[in-house]
Amino acid sequence: MAFDFLDRSRSIAPANYDRWRVPPAALAIHLAIGQAYAFSVFNLPLSTLRGITASAPDDWKLSTIGWIFSVAIAFLGISAFTFGRWLEAAGPRKAMFASACCFAGGFFVAALGVQTHAFWLVILGYGVIGGIGLGLGYISPVSTLIKWFPDHPGMATGLAIMGFGGGAMIGSPLAVALMEHFKSATDVGVAPAFMAMGALYFVFMMFGVFTVRLPAPGWTPAQPRDASGTRRTVLAPAPDVHVNSAIRTRPFWLLWVVLCLNVTAGIGVLGQASPMIQEMFPGVIGPAAAAGFVGLLSLANMTGRFFWSSLSDVIGRQRTYMIFFAAGAALYAGVPFTGRAGNVVLFVAFYVLIMTMYGGGFATIPAYLRDLFGTMHVGAIHGRLLTAWSVAGVAGPVLVNYIREYQLAHGVPKAEAYSVTMYLMAGLLLVGFAANWWVSPVDPKYRFKTGDTV
Amino acid sequence: MSNNTTPDRNLIALALTWLVVLLPAAWGVSQVVLKSAALFR
Repeated sequence: MAFDFLDRSRSIAPANYDRWRVPPAALAIHLAIGQAYAFSVFNLPLSTLRGITASAPDDWKLSTIGWIFSVAIAFLGISAFTFGRWLEAAGPRKAMFASACCFAGGFFVAALGVQTHAFWLVILGYGVIGGIGLGLGYISPVSTLIKWFPDHPGMATGLAIMGFGGGAMIGSPLAVALMEHFKSATDVGVAPAFMAMGALYFVFMMFGVFTVRLPAPGWTPAQPRDASGTRRTVLAPAPDVHVNSAIRTRPFWLLWVVLCLNVTAGIGVLGQASPMIQEMFPGVIGPAAAAGFVGLLSLANMTGRFFWSSLSDVIGRQRTYMIFFAAGAALYAGVPFTGRAGNVVLFVAFYVLIMTMYGGGFATIPAYLRDLFGTMHVGAIHGRLLTAWSVAGVAGPVLVNYIREYQLAHGVPKAEAYSVTMYLMAGLLLVGFAANWWVSPVDPKYRFKTGDTV
Repeated sequence: MSNNTTPDRNLIALALTWLVVLLPAAWGVSQVVLKSAALFR
């Protein structure tokens, strides 16, 4: 068969294969699908497809266009949930290939939708088909790296998931450059930019498809010798738990709450970062400086993914989340103070720290799952857990926007309107602290036993 | 393939695979850093 090379058996690494050749494969996928975070750069051009220089009456509204990203994130969660088991069986190469086909194909269908001004086609393309590609591409490299780096699972997953955070940094300027290149007096250049991005990302993701490898069964990394000359032992994962059993355990649902609250607190503010800093520091921060603030937050989001997940290998997953929730709550509660004091530097510093922990929450969760449920179905369990992201992706922005509008409607000045939101976010993080505190090892009755159906 | 050349080839393959992903990532990060500079002007 022409596609035999995608089989799991064909991606098993030979003996002595350098495991450091695998992270770039994971990064290629995550850097590509992380473009989703930068989709907002298309929002304004999509709202002027007919009017070109300004929105025409039959142009799509910005509020309507916002659904494209929301549907994509919803389908990320749905596909991770649905195909998690399949990708564990099919292997990373097949899953990454399917992800590349869906992600690139989504761009092509969306381009057709833009060209024919059919919004449902854009939703179907980028939102549904592309979103399925996001889900497949997100979990497969993560579970592969966990298997390659049993001695540093946090660092390994942080490396891959850092790529997802960094994807926006490539996707955003790339989209702007492509639209600039293709635009004309009669076209804003979105459709050809979609086509070009689909093709470019497909090629980039194929690099990941062809270079990804799985360790041979029973493979363990050679460990450096310590001062006494004995080899360090690899921290063993927990005994394996079947995905169907995992979702019946209390630790799984506690981690679901942990992820959901950590993401809710961060995502709502991320979406409002630009207007928020301008309204809290009127006359001091303009649109250009606000854009710089947003860029700085994405950088913090990306570096936090690697830093915190690597640190979790040393101090433990539960302690890392304790820091996220305790420090996060204190920082959120302190943000209104920085606004009242007119201290921009402190405000930026608080948010940079908050964003590192937001990213760190995403990146550390797969290693946390591996510690509790073993490596056998960690990808599939991770896929189930990502539904928390879908819920938070809707809840976070709704919460922030609704509270802000309520405050403004009741006469609260713009600069003060975010204070209640910040205190609420601090409260949510305290609930997350309690949920994380309550996480304990999985009851042995849920462990996978030889002879059970895989 | 002689044993002497194998480590070199592995090293080159390792460097090339990292280069493929680090180059676009570095370009993206540099764009953000340039944009962020506006915050401190």
